Amino acid sequence: MRLLKVSKMQTVMDKGGNGGPPMPLKKMRKELVPRKERATIGQFEVENPRMSCRNVDVYYNHGEKKAINNINLDIGRNEVIAMIGPSGCGKSTFLRCLNRMNDTIDGCRVTGTITIDNKNIYGKDVDVVPLRAQVGMVFQKPNPFPKSIYDNIAYGPKIHGLVQNRDETDGLVEQSLRRAGLWKEVKDRLDQPGTGLSGGQQQRLCIARTIAVNPEVILMDEPCSALDPIATAIIEDLIDELKQDYAIAIVTHSMQQASRVSQRTAYFHLGDLIEVGPTDQIFLNPLHQLTEDYITGRFG
Amino acid sequence: MNKSENMASSAQGRQLRTMDIVNRGLARRYRAERRFKRFGLSAILLSLAFLAVLFISIFANGYTAFQQTFIQLEVFLDPLKIDKEDLGSANYQGLVRESLAKTFPAVKNRADKRKLYGMVSSGASFDLRKFVQKNRHEIGNTIRIWVPADDDVDMLIKGHILRDVPESERRMDDTQIAWVDHFQHQLRIKQEFNMTFFTGGDSREPELAGIWGAVCGSLYTLLVTLCLSFPIGVATAIYLEEFAPTNRWTDVVEVNINNLAAVPSIVFGLLGLAVFLNFFGLPRSAPLVGGLVLTLMTLPTIIIAGRASLKSVPPSIREAALGIGASKTQMVAHHVLPLAMPGMLTGTIIGMAQALGETAPLLMIGMVAFIVDIPGGFTDPATVLPVQIFLWADSPERAFLEKTSAAIMVLLLFLVIMNGLAVVLRKKFERRW
Repeated sequence: MRLLKVSKMQTVMDKGGNGGPPMPLKKMRKELVPRKERATIGQFEVENPRMSCRNVDVYYNHGEKKAINNINLDIGRNEVIAMIGPSGCGKSTFLRCLNRMNDTIDGCRVTGTITIDNKNIYGKDVDVVPLRAQVGMVFQKPNPFPKSIYDNIAYGPKIHGLVQNRDETDGLVEQSLRRAGLWKEVKDRLDQPGTGLSGGQQQRLCIARTIAVNPEVILMDEPCSALDPIATAIIEDLIDELKQDYAIAIVTHSMQQASRVSQRTAYFHLGDLIEVGPTDQIFLNPLHQLTEDYITGRFG
Repeated sequence: MNKSENMASSAQGRQLRTMDIVNRGLARRYRAERRFKRFGLSAILLSLAFLAVLFISIFANGYTAFQQTFIQLEVFLDPLKIDKEDLGSANYQGLVRESLAKTFPAVKNRADKRKLYGMVSSGASFDLRKFVQKNRHEIGNTIRIWVPADDDVDMLIKGHILRDVPESERRMDDTQIAWVDHFQHQLRIKQEFNMTFFTGGDSREPELAGIWGAVCGSLYTLLVTLCLSFPIGVATAIYLEEFAPTNRWTDVVEVNINNLAAVPSIVFGLLGLAVFLNFFGLPRSAPLVGGLVLTLMTLPTIIIAGRASLKSVPPSIREAALGIGASKTQMVAHHVLPLAMPGMLTGTIIGMAQALGETAPLLMIGMVAFIVDIPGGFTDPATVLPVQIFLWADSPERAFLEKTSAAIMVLLLFLVIMNGLAVVLRKKFERRW
């Protein structure tokens, strides 16, 4: 009956989660929350969160269209949180709220509070430039600058003044590329255009570019959707390593990917956050009817 | 089993029918395609033919202007008539006339003499003066000097004045032709490359008229236009495309910029006359004012081209820059502008080419004046190439006809160079992403 195979059993991090090994399905199965119920189910809070969102609404077209509706969600330190849901459910919109990329969209308005380390990022005195250095982003389509590989990595640290001279820049470029697992492949051609790399390499270059600025949170918007399975596997391993240093929020259409890389999963549906919880629990024992329908493939 | 067989056969039948319908329409589709291709091809051939006719007629009319007829004179540099202390003020015209009279001693009649003196250009005396100033040791000797012939002689030699038409309908009468034949017989007439055409300013005498004055005027005017319209246009395009909010106010600005692009250029000339000349009191006929007027005319082109090229920069590049914390200005300056530059440069050069060929607005601010001197600065009276063409085309002398065509060739050459430059710049700055 289950279509999904959960490949990796992650230990549940937050105390709100349902610890211990998953129980046999049939025994766990209880009455599911009916489809029409839209309040978030599950533990959206974590202890000592890195980022925390409360009552977030997003409107497009100057308030005409409400894209997401009253989202409450915490992002813990050193965890990967996956956001899944059918197309148009608002998961990308929510992700882009976290570093205020939605500011660039005309007529988009965000209400509610989103804090990073207890500081509201939508506060009046907040400057988006340092915020985006703090919360980095990797996009769906690899988008290296049409510059050399070296310049792609060095650009961020340079504009933020993180490096003072050529030696420091060289070191940071090497370190970032090493952490992104790209150093061995490109160390002899750093002066060649980043756009000449393969798709998977370009995406790792973009991840290296993001971590070169040393952010606290990395947002990933379907980072593997344009890549083949081998490149995807490399990036998933990379995400697994990066979570030691960063909090990572990843939007994905692949439920296998969510189950492989994340510790917590949030299921979005038509602008609502339906259910959030430890990844194993979401995939093995969802509480909401909509979640169950989606992950079993009966929906969306 | 039976049922599924039935279904398969009916599906097959349906497929066959579909294929029949498709095949029936196929020939018609291909016919339409061929017809469309032929239309396109004939349109291209037609326009190429027109272009060829244009170029051939201009070249056929104008190539003779690059040659000029010279007459060799034997001049006695009379030491009594040339003051060695003041070489410039001697009566060189008298010396030239003396030489001509000596060559044809039979001419006594006053009217005939005037005709005889008209055989050589009025510029001959300047050439003689220049020669004497360079070779003062020749004073006292009889020298042989080549001087430009009058334009009528030039036309006769080039075959534009026909000998077999009746004398009364000819610009030169039989005696004049006889004098030319006499010179030709003595091998004292030659055709040489017409340097004056490329180094001289305008003149009433076709054989002395050149385009250098107009070229300088055009260069000064375009320099003013470029220095003003490129930065202003690029800044406007960047602001409107990257920074301005979309509201009614920016819509109004955008619509008006598009309107400005369609305003007849003479209106800009009237505006220049009213604002720059009458209100600000800037000098008339000056390249400065011409450049200002052409700036107004070129700006919409540059702004529209600039916005289009900014729009074509993929949004992923902007997101990438913003995503690692570049400010909006950094995003534009470091990433968007370099990618949009080729398009902007192309737009600018096309605008400049337009400005180079523009006549109407300059008429209103006095750049249509007859100006002999080569302009030396932005406020000197000047004219520009297309206006020079207009002025020459308006002149009655036959010799100006070929000058007109030759000037058109020079103008076209400049346009071709500018468009070539646009292609080169685009290739050079183009970056793939």
